[in-house]
Amino acid sequence: MGHKLKSRLEVAGIYLVVLIMFAVILYPLLWAVSISLNPGTSMFSSKLIPDSLSLEHYKWLFYDPRSDYVLWYKNTIYVAVLNALFSVIMVGLVAFVFSRYHFAGRKNSIYAVLLMQMFPVLMGMVAIYLLLNLVGLLDTFAGLIIFYVVGGLPMNVFLVKGYMDTIPRDLDESAKMDGAGHLTTYFRILFPLVRPILAVVALFTFMAPFMDFLTPRIILRSPEKFTIALGLFSFINDKVGNNFTMFAAGTILVALPIAIVFLLLQRYLIAGLAEGATKG
Amino acid sequence: MQIHHATAGGTPAGYGPAPRTAALLSIVPGLGQFANRRYIKGVIFLLLAAALGIALAAPVVNGVYGFVTLGSNPDVDDSRTLLVEGIIAILLLVVLAAAYALNIRDAYRDAAKRREGYRIPSVRQAFHDSWEHGFPYFVIVPTFMLLTMIVIFPLLFMICLAFTNYNLYNSPPAHLLDWVAFDNFVALFTEGIWTKSLLAVLTWTVVWTLVATSLQITLAFFLALLVNDARVRFKKLIRTVFILPWAVPSFMTVLVFAAMFNDTFGSVNRDIMSLFGTSVPWLTDPTWARIAIIFVQIWLGFPYVFTLVTGVLQSISRDWYEAADVDGGSRWDKMRFITLPHVLYATAPLLIMQFSYNFNNFNIIYLFNKGGPPVPGQSSGATDILISWVYTLTFDQNNYKMAAAISIIMGLVVALFAFFQFRRTRSFREEGMY
Repeated sequence: MGHKLKSRLEVAGIYLVVLIMFAVILYPLLWAVSISLNPGTSMFSSKLIPDSLSLEHYKWLFYDPRSDYVLWYKNTIYVAVLNALFSVIMVGLVAFVFSRYHFAGRKNSIYAVLLMQMFPVLMGMVAIYLLLNLVGLLDTFAGLIIFYVVGGLPMNVFLVKGYMDTIPRDLDESAKMDGAGHLTTYFRILFPLVRPILAVVALFTFMAPFMDFLTPRIILRSPEKFTIALGLFSFINDKVGNNFTMFAAGTILVALPIAIVFLLLQRYLIAGLAEGATKG
Repeated sequence: MQIHHATAGGTPAGYGPAPRTAALLSIVPGLGQFANRRYIKGVIFLLLAAALGIALAAPVVNGVYGFVTLGSNPDVDDSRTLLVEGIIAILLLVVLAAAYALNIRDAYRDAAKRREGYRIPSVRQAFHDSWEHGFPYFVIVPTFMLLTMIVIFPLLFMICLAFTNYNLYNSPPAHLLDWVAFDNFVALFTEGIWTKSLLAVLTWTVVWTLVATSLQITLAFFLALLVNDARVRFKKLIRTVFILPWAVPSFMTVLVFAAMFNDTFGSVNRDIMSLFGTSVPWLTDPTWARIAIIFVQIWLGFPYVFTLVTGVLQSISRDWYEAADVDGGSRWDKMRFITLPHVLYATAPLLIMQFSYNFNNFNIIYLFNKGGPPVPGQSSGATDILISWVYTLTFDQNNYKMAAAISIIMGLVVALFAFFQFRRTRSFREEGMY
């Protein structure tokens, strides 16, 4: 009997810990949701459980002439799609070369990329600003996209290369034997096999512009070109308490789709990440 | 460059110029190739060299000159632009020098090959060969050119700034910059306000990295073990909720947390602390701010490790535990000798990356409290880590020279870390573990 009781107590203890964690995890998220449903714009007066629910902030974001929310959303999607597209193309090819070819300087270039991946891009922001200014790409989406694609390249290349290394070489070697060229080998043989990890890269690079406020803050100047993170940040940057309800509403409309996609794909993400990291 | 790969011809060995002569002739690009009777290649090389020489000589020389002087007349010269152009000119010079060296080597090799009796390939053949054997370079060279512009060039620029006197009071276009050698570093290590700030920031960066990362790993490990217990039900639901903090963009949650921890109207004080009749100065007191920020990072960071560990736990074969049961191993023994080694072995590289991630975790520090609260007698805030301090110095205080000097120190730390990472990767490869 004593044994059984002990076991029950243990399970109860585990559930208790889990419940506490649930509370800690969900509290801030629910708080943000409830803030966004509070009437009035000020955080000072809002309550955890609002007296009356209102969707006025959501409506404001979409219909008020002073709100650029829809524009920001469009800008972000534009940047995100192009970023994902170019990243996948470049990352795939570079990883293919690193994984499959032996050429003079291969080892050194791999180490160079590995090293570049370690330095935070933030360190060179002043230079990026001046450089883009010099070539006239400041305050353009092109500048932002180039920066995203190239800046993210080192890390993504390692992710994909690690994955590609696990695919047997016999496949592409036999394709070469049959007379397939470099690009044919890549697109016909390897590309279909590495699609899972390229999907991860596409997802990450697509999501990055939604979450990054720093780079756009330096590269983009005019408010009509703001991406969503930058726009939302500018909401509350000046006066923290005042626009917070609007900020919360705008945030939830971004966080919700991202979280859903993430939860749906998490199994693939984790498998891909673990594989790429341990074998890279 | 293996532009003309061995296409073995029938002619016997021993004609054409000596390799050394061809190389010497190639001091004027193309001539050596002429001597090797590769006329079209020679013409291309010659034209290319002439075009590049004419087009780039003036900009490169001007660039280097501007880099050395950083301008002489504040009305026309902008030192920053000169610096940018100078660095680009120097990078260009390096590339051109490399191309020039390749040209000489090419003449030498061709001559040597002819001596050995290889036939010279036709132009078409040469183009085909260069695609066939040069394919890696067609991908790698453009990639590295881009990486140079976006990653390496900014780092070089930053290094240069550390040796100038660029700050708010001496900034282009109104003023010219000057090279000041190691003055900024001397100031950093001798002037009271800087040494004090640097020491404080370094200490906190280390504490932050170690404490926040270790705690998030420990919590994740603990929770993963609990949830993995065979007696626990609703596993899927529990795991989904535990992943939520990772799924929601951290940019947004940190800002929400910042509002929640607000001293006066934040919900932590209003709804939770008021139950105990106290109010905690989360954002204005250094110690409380640090505790709060570590808490937020644990909240944000544990789901990732939790998921990794859960994945490993599920993959450990039951046989191990059954064998331990037969041998009468206690729960603690199983944990210590089976679970822990398995998990650590599989996740170690990723866990190490968590440390380096937190070392550079600018987002949370800046968004939570902008590195604050401010500390009297210090240029940095109480929760500033190196990277956020650099950011504030650069973009809020426009003290570029000090920001750059600190960046270099940070770069050294990163490089040290990278060195160990390299050794690890190498040793892994040599042992053939993966």
